[in-house]
Amino acid sequence: MQGKAKRLTFLGLAAAVALILSYVEMLLPPILTAVPGIKIGLPNIVIIFLLYRFGIKDAAAVSVVRLAAVTLLFGNPVMLIYSTAGAALSLALMALCKKCGLFSAVGVSIVGGVMHNLGQILVAMLLLETAEIGYYMIVLAVSGTVAGVFIGLCGIALLKAMKNVRF
Amino acid sequence: MRGALPHALPENGGFLRVRFGEEMGTNDRKKIRNDVILAVVLLLLAAAAMLFWQLQKTEGDFAVVLIDGVETARYALDTDTEVEIITDGGGTNTLVIRDGEAFVETANCPDLVCAGHRAISRVGETIVCLPHKLVIKIAASTDAGGVDMAA
Ligand SMILES: [Zn+2]
Repeated sequence: MQGKAKRLTFLGLAAAVALILSYVEMLLPPILTAVPGIKIGLPNIVIIFLLYRFGIKDAAAVSVVRLAAVTLLFGNPVMLIYSTAGAALSLALMALCKKCGLFSAVGVSIVGGVMHNLGQILVAMLLLETAEIGYYMIVLAVSGTVAGVFIGLCGIALLKAMKNVRF
Repeated sequence: MRGALPHALPENGGFLRVRFGEEMGTNDRKKIRNDVILAVVLLLLAAAAMLFWQLQKTEGDFAVVLIDGVETARYALDTDTEVEIITDGGGTNTLVIRDGEAFVETANCPDLVCAGHRAISRVGETIVCLPHKLVIKIAASTDAGGVDMAA
C-alpha cells in the first residue's frame, strides 16, 4: 500500500515536471520560424524515463495529464488535437521500439521525436485537407532525429541519476 | 538535469555504460550501432526528399487561400495586393502579395508561425496557420483549383 502511494505521488510529480518542461519549451525562441512545429520535445525526457522505469501505462497516463493541463493553462483546443496525435503516435512507436529490442534508449527517443512530428503533420493534412503540407515532414524528420538524440541522452542521464531511487 | 550531463560524461567514453544500461540498451554495441543506422537512414531519406522537392519546383501563378480545406479565394502573384483573411472565431491574417511572392504580414493567432514564415512563390509551397485552420498555397495557372489529395 505504502509502495503504491509512493508510486502515485511520484507519477504526479513527474506530470508536474513534464508540464513545467512544456512551459519552458514555450518560452524558448523558435529555432526555425519557416517550419511550424520544430520542437526539442523536452517533456519527452520525462516520458522516456517513465517508459523505462514504470512502463507504457504510466507513461501514457502522465502524458494525458500533461496534455490536459497544458490545454487548460495555455488553452487552445485546436492545438490539443495536434499535440495529442503527436504524443500518442510517439509513445506507441517508442514502446514498440523498446520492446523489439533493436535500439537503445537513444534510438527509441529518435523514433519518438520523428513520430511526434509525423503525427502532427498527418493530423494537419487531414484537418486542413491539404496534402502539400506533407513537405514540412522533410525538415521535421531532420529536426526530430536531432532532437531525439539530445532527448535520449538527457533521458539516460535522468535514468542514471535516479537509479538508486526505489518506487 | 543540466548538472547531470557533465558529471555523467566519462573519461573513457563510458557515459552510456551505466547501471540500468541493460534496460536502456546502452551496454549493447549492436543496439548503439542500430541507433546510428536509424539516424543516418532518416537523415538520408530527408536529404533525398529535399533534393527531389528542390528539383521539381517551379514558379507559381496564384496564391490560393484555403480555410478548413475549402478554397475561399485566389490571388494572382503578378499583382501586388494586401488582403485581410478572416477565419471562424475572429481570426485574421493579413496576406500580402509583393514582387511575385506571397507572405503573411500580420496575424492574431497565438503562435504567429504564419507571420514568421518566409515569402513563398513556388508551386506547392504553403504557409499554414494551424490555429486558424488556414492554408495559403501556391498554384500554377494550369491547376484547376480546389484540393488535390493526389498531389
Ligand atoms: Zn498563424
